[in-house]
Amino acid sequence: MDLITPEFGLVFWTAIMFLLLLGILRKFAWKPILGAVSDREEGIKKALASAEKARLEMQNLTADNERILKEARAEREALLKEARDLKAKIVADAKDEAQAQANKMIEQAQIAIASEKKSAMAELKNHVAGLSVEIAEKMVREQLSNKDKQLKLVEDMLGEAKLN
Amino acid sequence: MTLSTFKSILFSVLFLAISTNGFASENSDPENDKEFEPKEMILHHVKDAYGMHIIDISGHPISIPLPVILYTDNGLTTFMSSEFHHDYNGEVIVEKNGQKFVNVHEKVYVLNEGETQVTYDEEHHPTNAKRPLDFSITRNVFMMMVSVIVLILLFTTTARRYKKSENNVPTGIAGFIEPLVVFVRDEIGKPMIGEHKYKRYMPYLLTIFFFIWINNVFGLIPILNGANLSGNIAFTCTLAVFTFIITTISGNKNYWKHIFWMPGVPVPMKIFLMPIEIIGMFVKPISLMIRLFANITAGHVIILALMSLIFVFKSVAIAPVSVAFSLFITVIEIIVTAIQAYIFTILSALYFGMATEEEHH
Repeated sequence: MDLITPEFGLVFWTAIMFLLLLGILRKFAWKPILGAVSDREEGIKKALASAEKARLEMQNLTADNERILKEARAEREALLKEARDLKAKIVADAKDEAQAQANKMIEQAQIAIASEKKSAMAELKNHVAGLSVEIAEKMVREQLSNKDKQLKLVEDMLGEAKLN
Repeated sequence: MTLSTFKSILFSVLFLAISTNGFASENSDPENDKEFEPKEMILHHVKDAYGMHIIDISGHPISIPLPVILYTDNGLTTFMSSEFHHDYNGEVIVEKNGQKFVNVHEKVYVLNEGETQVTYDEEHHPTNAKRPLDFSITRNVFMMMVSVIVLILLFTTTARRYKKSENNVPTGIAGFIEPLVVFVRDEIGKPMIGEHKYKRYMPYLLTIFFFIWINNVFGLIPILNGANLSGNIAFTCTLAVFTFIITTISGNKNYWKHIFWMPGVPVPMKIFLMPIEIIGMFVKPISLMIRLFANITAGHVIILALMSLIFVFKSVAIAPVSVAFSLFITVIEIIVTAIQAYIFTILSALYFGMATEEEHH
């Protein structure tokens, strides 16, 4: 019976000792230890999360880089194409203009030629007319000395003039 | 070497020898042929004592005296346990403060006025003496103080380790202590009480776990004459009462409803269950108390009983068997020290978990 009867003294000391131990360890041991452990766990969690974030960012960055590169390439292509087009256009325009200029010049030349020709013709006609008159005068002077000859000449002349 | 000296050394040094006062007086007894009584010896080892007996050398007991602190009718009286001269049969009378004290089976009695000797009834209880209020530093209390100091040093050192280190990296002793603390948190606190509420109970659970464990271990150390503190009903009773108090205080509405008016069952059943649940409330801590006490005491009793075989058969030839078996049991006891601390803690946590569980219907 002795064995299973709690002694007052031991109960008293156990209670005091245990509460003392609980108080001291709670303040000076469990709080710092558990705090440190959970802080570290939090730290690890955070570090892992930020590493994951950094990885994603890196991935995004690479993707961005690729995208930018692609865009740049496309832009270059576009620019080159534009330049080529522009070149072709300029060349074509120049050609057209030159053609037009040439045509215009040719036309002007033709006009000038035509007008020159016209005036030359007129001059020639005048000249020929003068000459003809002169010749005719001379001939007439000569022929008119003879009446038959005069008549015949007039007749011939008239016939020729009609043929013209 | 006489058999009795051999006995004493064997018990004191090699095995789970708690106080060998039983042998001490037996040895100093002039008639050395007195019959060896294993039961008496074992009970003396398992129970508390006033002095811390270390060893007998040629029949002379050597022990560490511890203070006896008594609150009597004449006020506080203190003296050292050595004043009893290793007597526990009520023969040596210590006079202090005008009162006469005797040690009867490691319990101090104060003799009634005018008496000069203890008289006993048929069951060997003193008839003319009574027990004063006893606050003595017995060997159990002494070992408890030692364990408290060891625990405080151990864990405050650990805590300081974290302050010194960067990023809270456990170094040195913290590397050893931290897994244990984390074990109590992750295997006992969190699953039994729940993720949201366990933090409040962690200091209690950790303290009780390490307090029980270290005292279980101290009980097994033979050279310290390990006091059987965690195998003492007063110790386990006190801790169980703490668990009971905390459970009762933290009990929420849901917990009390489950005790007094069990939800989800018909009314006659509710009435039937109420007394059972109320009894259960008290049975839980009582089971804690008995489990720890019985397990640790049983371990000590088995080892001592095995060693007693040598003296029961009065033959050294039986020693190898006794030694082998008690070594085996001691190894098991080392495991039991941790298991019992774990069980006490996990059940306490379970009760706290039940008390704080939220209704989930």
